[in-house]
Amino acid sequence: MIEFHLDARSGVAPYLQIVGQVRQALLLGLLAEGDKLPTVKEVVARLAINPNTVSKAYRELEHLGLAAAKPGVGTFVTRSLGQASLLEHGPLQQELRGWLAKARTAGLTEPGIEAMFQSTFRESAEEER
Amino acid sequence: MSAVLRAHALGKRYGRRQALAECTLEIPPGHVVGLVGPNGAGKTTLLKLACGMLAPSAGRIEVLGEAPAAGPAQLARVGYVAQDTPTYSGLSVGDHLKLGAKLNPRWDAKAARDRIAQIGLDPKQKAGELSGGQRAQLALTLAVAKRPELLLLDEPVASLDPLARRGFLGQLMESVAEQGTSVILSSHLVSDLERTCDYLVLLVASRVLLAGETEDLIARHHRIVCTRRERTELPTGLKVISAAHTERQSTFIVRGGTEPPVGDWAAERLDLEDLVLTYMERAAEPARRNEPTDLTGAAR
Repeated sequence: MIEFHLDARSGVAPYLQIVGQVRQALLLGLLAEGDKLPTVKEVVARLAINPNTVSKAYRELEHLGLAAAKPGVGTFVTRSLGQASLLEHGPLQQELRGWLAKARTAGLTEPGIEAMFQSTFRESAEEER
Repeated sequence: MSAVLRAHALGKRYGRRQALAECTLEIPPGHVVGLVGPNGAGKTTLLKLACGMLAPSAGRIEVLGEAPAAGPAQLARVGYVAQDTPTYSGLSVGDHLKLGAKLNPRWDAKAARDRIAQIGLDPKQKAGELSGGQRAQLALTLAVAKRPELLLLDEPVASLDPLARRGFLGQLMESVAEQGTSVILSSHLVSDLERTCDYLVLLVASRVLLAGETEDLIARHHRIVCTRRERTELPTGLKVISAAHTERQSTFIVRGGTEPPVGDWAAERLDLEDLVLTYMERAAEPARRNEPTDLTGAAR
């Protein structure tokens, strides 16, 4: 079983933070196919957040094909994202490295790069929704 | 399902003081509603009217489709925890549970006992010896064990330290998840509500300035930072809530669609606290204009 946490200052919607933490747990191998996610009740009791936030996160995980709800039992992981899948994304990481090098050459400093990444990331996340 | 609370031109006067005036509001069911506003805005009065402890001086109020405290059946459907979470200091924790069982037709004795054990309260201890946080947890346990359809909480966490606050709100959210209770809780601190409330009602000087699902409110408001311009130069469809200018730059808070407004500017979302403060400042503006205008020193 994993536990969630929330960062109030991240600017990322709480339900997306939960989705992100499940993804990360999958990537790190903390969660694998068949594992049960904490119940909505457990999560809200620990984090003191609105139950709808957790339900929404779990629906999003279902939508992404990462989890499935079994009515009356709980929500279960339906896919593993082991080390292999991180390696699969090696080319993406290379591209990002290339981009970062370009950004520095163009004179962007670290805060500038971070700001650009975050605003672009948020915009594209919103577009996808 | 119909509204959990419906008020029309609701007013309450204490002698010459008008505590609430012309309050019109409709709250849909299934939400955890944050009732926010500055001190003296009428939050407590509205909650007391909703639970039937006060009778309106003007207008109408309906709670779960009936007049508040219309009869025993209606009283059983509504739970209310007053400010400072009062308990009977001479009675033990166990006595409170016995009393709850006697007074409430839908009392869930097992849930109440389990909860007391979970919080770690000793049933033999007198309520007067409990800490503020423990007392608040006891009051909430009683209100929840009553199994109300609507729970009204007046500033429930204001006097609690951060740990007790988290414990209290966690317990509250757990019972919402379990029973699907609708909740209206008041606070003058938005940060308390940001994680727990999915519906917001902003009350300023007894008027409802803003009401809606928090997610929708957040999605529809943006801060636009652009080169200096007048508000009339912004596209129609954007309602300007606030405007601030320097010689080069203008900053607008606008209300529009759920998509960020597109233009030659940076548009970003506001968090709930900034959003609420913007509306509160706007409401306070006429009063500010009446203040002495010698701000030359302060403005620099």
